[in-house]
Amino acid sequence: MSVHYELRCRECGKTWGNAPRSFCEDCFSPLEVSYDYDSLKKIVHRENLASRDFNMWRYSELLPLSEGFAGPNAVGGTPLVASRNLASRWSLKNLYFKNDAVCFPSLSFKDRVVATALAAARRFDFKTVGCSSTGNLANAVAAQAAQQGFDACVFIPADLEPAKVLNTAVYGARIVRINGNYDQVNRLCAQIADRFQWGLVNVNLRPYYSEGSKTHGYEIAEQLGWKLPDNVVVPMAGGSLIGKIAKAFKELVTLGWVEDKPVKFFGAQATGCSPISDGVKRNLSRFEPQKPDTIARSLAIGNPADGPYAIKLIRESGGWAEDVSDPEIVSAIKLLAETEGIFTETAGGVTVGVTQKLITQNRIKAGETTVVCITGNGLKTTDAIAAEFPATEAIAPRLEAFEALLDQQFAAAAGKGN
Amino acid sequence: MPITVEIPTAFRRFTNGAPKIDCSATTIAEALNQLTTRFPDLSRHVRDEQGQIRQFLNVYLNEEDIRFLGGESCSVKEGDRVLLVPSIAGGC
Repeated sequence: MSVHYELRCRECGKTWGNAPRSFCEDCFSPLEVSYDYDSLKKIVHRENLASRDFNMWRYSELLPLSEGFAGPNAVGGTPLVASRNLASRWSLKNLYFKNDAVCFPSLSFKDRVVATALAAARRFDFKTVGCSSTGNLANAVAAQAAQQGFDACVFIPADLEPAKVLNTAVYGARIVRINGNYDQVNRLCAQIADRFQWGLVNVNLRPYYSEGSKTHGYEIAEQLGWKLPDNVVVPMAGGSLIGKIAKAFKELVTLGWVEDKPVKFFGAQATGCSPISDGVKRNLSRFEPQKPDTIARSLAIGNPADGPYAIKLIRESGGWAEDVSDPEIVSAIKLLAETEGIFTETAGGVTVGVTQKLITQNRIKAGETTVVCITGNGLKTTDAIAAEFPATEAIAPRLEAFEALLDQQFAAAAGKGN
Repeated sequence: MPITVEIPTAFRRFTNGAPKIDCSATTIAEALNQLTTRFPDLSRHVRDEQGQIRQFLNVYLNEEDIRFLGGESCSVKEGDRVLLVPSIAGGC
């Protein structure tokens, strides 16, 4: 099998072969992996997948991997949960949650992008890998680097949630805390990638890294029975994931694996960091960067690298973007947990909260098939909701004590009813 | 005002390999114009056809993105550092 992909500039179209670079040296615009789909049609068919394990590597031919690459781990293959309770509450017939809160190994969709980035790091012979991160990506880099024998060095804002820092440190990664927000960390990483020969997954390996997100989209289509949904609601930080899900759907149509149909893309942000949703609402050709101030730390990117592309995609698909406040995020986390048994992090609260808003606005309608993308696990951001659940009074280990507690709670409930 | 413009590796083929360029300017716009006057080949990479700073080129004054400082008309003072970062990546 010859290599059927290479880097192409998203603006001027110039091709750059395969190398650890993220922008076109002619026009300084971002690069993306482009494929020879005619070749792909000959080497892989939908039927080939039937005998493969259900994880992201089942789509290997559609990813930028070296010839003979064998997936070193079972990343992806997460559930598409058909909603009953929340669908009923929202009066929707076909509502699904794509649940990457249980993605292996580090409980967020970032495991997918790191998987393809480390495949590229291996190919380009990097010994040290790293990233700028709001937390989830650092977890994923640290875990997979440990498994695959890379040195890992991650750069994070100093005030990140403790659980996310711990979930990186435990794998033995070097952590560099920066006194600044994510955008400042990111700028530093651009300079570091320029100076050091390191494989920074979301900087100089970014075109390969971001392709991993496509597997979230392939899985949605396959789990719907090789059909595309009517609507997808996607959280947006840098604005990459939403575009890669769109790319995945388009590729499946090109390959003849699904029937073409219009899909509306809806973007979700926190009001405290909403440059992309603001750009969609105001129909800006260039978004205006913001200083993030939200509990949704994993979405707190005020200068989103793929923001312009996300705005264009959303508007051209007939979708929309919305944002929700911090209290709405907390309510939405609780709502998803109480109705569907899924505990998501703050980013998931954003996505669920925005979905609710879009339904209220009648942008998502009852008879349509809607997929809501849950990208991270609630165990990582317990600080955000801890105040909602104060510790209850402890009782003695005696039946009478329990009966007294029940009486007390009945009385309290009755009191509330009055 | 004497200031320094830091040049990323990708731009250095247009600056004869120089990683830093000293210039004298009172605003970011002046600094960028001096840079592109001195290195004309860099011009089309810094500004688009409408004369705006290219969408994927990020310009920082010391630690701050100039879009938070009122854009390229913002003033600079002696000893300031201007940083050019092409197509900043990062994020999901």
